[in-house]
Amino acid sequence: MIKPDRIVATTCPYCGVGCTLNLHIKENVVYRVTSPFDAPANHGNLCVKGRFGYDFIHSKDRLTKPLMRKDGELAPAKWDGALGHVAERLLEIRDKYGPDSIGFLLSAKCTNEENYLLQKVARGLIGTNNVDHCARL
Amino acid sequence: MTNSIADIHLAEVLLVTGSNTTEAHPVISLEMKKAVRQRGAKLILIDPREIELADFATLHLRPRSGTDVALLNSMAHVIIGRGWAKEEFIAARTENFDALREAVKESTPQWGEDVTGVPAEMIEEAAQVYSQAGSAAIFWAMGITQSSHGVDNVQALANLALLTGNFGKPGSGVNPLRGQNNVQGACDMGGLPNVLTGYQQVADENARAKFENAWQTSVKIPSKPGLTVTEMMNGVLDGRIKALYILGENPMLSDPNTNHVKEALEKIEFLVAQDIFLNETAQLAHVVLPGVSFAEKEGTFTNTERRVQLVRAALPVRGDARRDLDIICDLGQRLSRADAKNSSDAIRPVSDWNYADAAAVWDEIAALTPSLAGISHERLDPRGIQWPCPAADHPGTPILHKEKFTRGLGKFTPLVFREPMENPDSEYPFTLNTGRILQHWHGGTMSRRSEGLDWVVPEGEIQINDADGERLGIASGEMIRVASRRGEATGKARLTDKLPRGMVFMNFHFAEVPANALTGDAVDPVAKIPEYKVSAVKIERI
Repeated sequence: MIKPDRIVATTCPYCGVGCTLNLHIKENVVYRVTSPFDAPANHGNLCVKGRFGYDFIHSKDRLTKPLMRKDGELAPAKWDGALGHVAERLLEIRDKYGPDSIGFLLSAKCTNEENYLLQKVARGLIGTNNVDHCARL
Repeated sequence: MTNSIADIHLAEVLLVTGSNTTEAHPVISLEMKKAVRQRGAKLILIDPREIELADFATLHLRPRSGTDVALLNSMAHVIIGRGWAKEEFIAARTENFDALREAVKESTPQWGEDVTGVPAEMIEEAAQVYSQAGSAAIFWAMGITQSSHGVDNVQALANLALLTGNFGKPGSGVNPLRGQNNVQGACDMGGLPNVLTGYQQVADENARAKFENAWQTSVKIPSKPGLTVTEMMNGVLDGRIKALYILGENPMLSDPNTNHVKEALEKIEFLVAQDIFLNETAQLAHVVLPGVSFAEKEGTFTNTERRVQLVRAALPVRGDARRDLDIICDLGQRLSRADAKNSSDAIRPVSDWNYADAAAVWDEIAALTPSLAGISHERLDPRGIQWPCPAADHPGTPILHKEKFTRGLGKFTPLVFREPMENPDSEYPFTLNTGRILQHWHGGTMSRRSEGLDWVVPEGEIQINDADGERLGIASGEMIRVASRRGEATGKARLTDKLPRGMVFMNFHFAEVPANALTGDAVDPVAKIPEYKVSAVKIERI
């Protein structure tokens, strides 16, 4: 049997039940997922996605470089260029059309901390309450 | 949820409606089954489909799609009329009871049967079983909320719980099962157009001042609520919205009326997508920022029972991708610097957007949010904490509304039944219902890249009732076309006796069989949630 390099306790990324996961890692691959019997939401139970739905982490389709549209096509870019462009365009559009011409869609898949900071960008730096996410969908 | 997953098995009666729990929240369905099988709880299931939970149900009510308010009002009529309401609870803890009694006066079981198709005696029996229990818990999901009268549906359920005193004790309450892993948290964090963290209203001057002072930002938070997702898409088309920043979502697949969304995102002046895959939405972006998956980041998710839990990094970041928190902080720094540089008047200094880690971000959230004030990352190890948690020595709150409701008294809402926006007619004679299946998730971005899941269910099927299939000469496995007034989708038919006649069921996990090409723009007037569960469609063999 494979011996894990490490086992990391975390929270399932699928539905809202919030099952506790133990990710078994070998050579930076999640090869097995279990759950402790005393997990508060799931008592060690997991559904088929929670136990087997993690190949996406290691998918070759994962984005590993920023992309910027150039002559109609998305092309690899540097972080400084990509984020600099985003900041510049958002401020340009805010100054030209007003803060409410910009909208932010937060994410029910991302963490509390990430969501908090992105609505802080929207409300505190752009100056708009156009902040929503897919809670309704 | 007003209550906790851990007390589901203590309910004497479970009322489950608009939730296919075994497929969409499988682990919670285990607790429901445990209540029924081990503790003899009675399950009242309200769902037009014969879903797996029907096998565990004492009563299975199968109303016509979109008639929830009629059915629930009718149950309220019976409970009041038969004297089954808990008068002491109503007197001590509620208000507006007379208005409810007046509103449901005409909602007899026979009227309920005429509108919903559920036999009158079954409505009476459901009212009896629910109201006579020592503890009864209501559960629902998108089958209740994704409706042009979704708020009414929820209030009609709350009326039943108020009538019967089913609040503030184990095995009771009103319990929405939240869909996404952190949809509860995204709402709690102010990811809505009208509220800051912990549901502090943007319209409240004191709340805005508190955040402005803490953030030390250069602009004012507007007092007027912003636009919802559906309104933003319309805003792009009518020119009000020029730029969208989309974090970890795929509206091209998850929003209603895909053609309309596509038109909007192709037209928009500037679109940013921050994601881990080049999904259908990111493909249209001007800039794509590669974030990381849950397995490569630190932070917290909040589950459906309000439990804030830790997310821990298990793997290193891949390639040039960056942790999402770092991307947002970097953007924040750039925007602050540009603002400070461009400003001629002496505005207040901007905050520095330097956080040591996710725990430091959380500390800022806790400092600004009374209901989360007692929570720190340190305290969340290992079991998490259920908010509200107002102080560092507070244990969290497994059951809400124990002694009193958040607003003081629980308020009955008189409701009038309204038909869904688009019922079937002679041209589009079928009702399309959409939802999830066990093996896949939302737009399929994650689950379809998991080999085992994709092997079990490799394609999206279109379910139709077997008698309807026979009548139209359609067999399982044959290609059919489903069309609505908005668009069409083609896929393999699956005949089943689990659907009522006249219903078509599609999941929305497969871009090749796009359920949301068919769904409409009708939304609830208050919650602005789309009516995904009722669209008129026609089907034909190809």
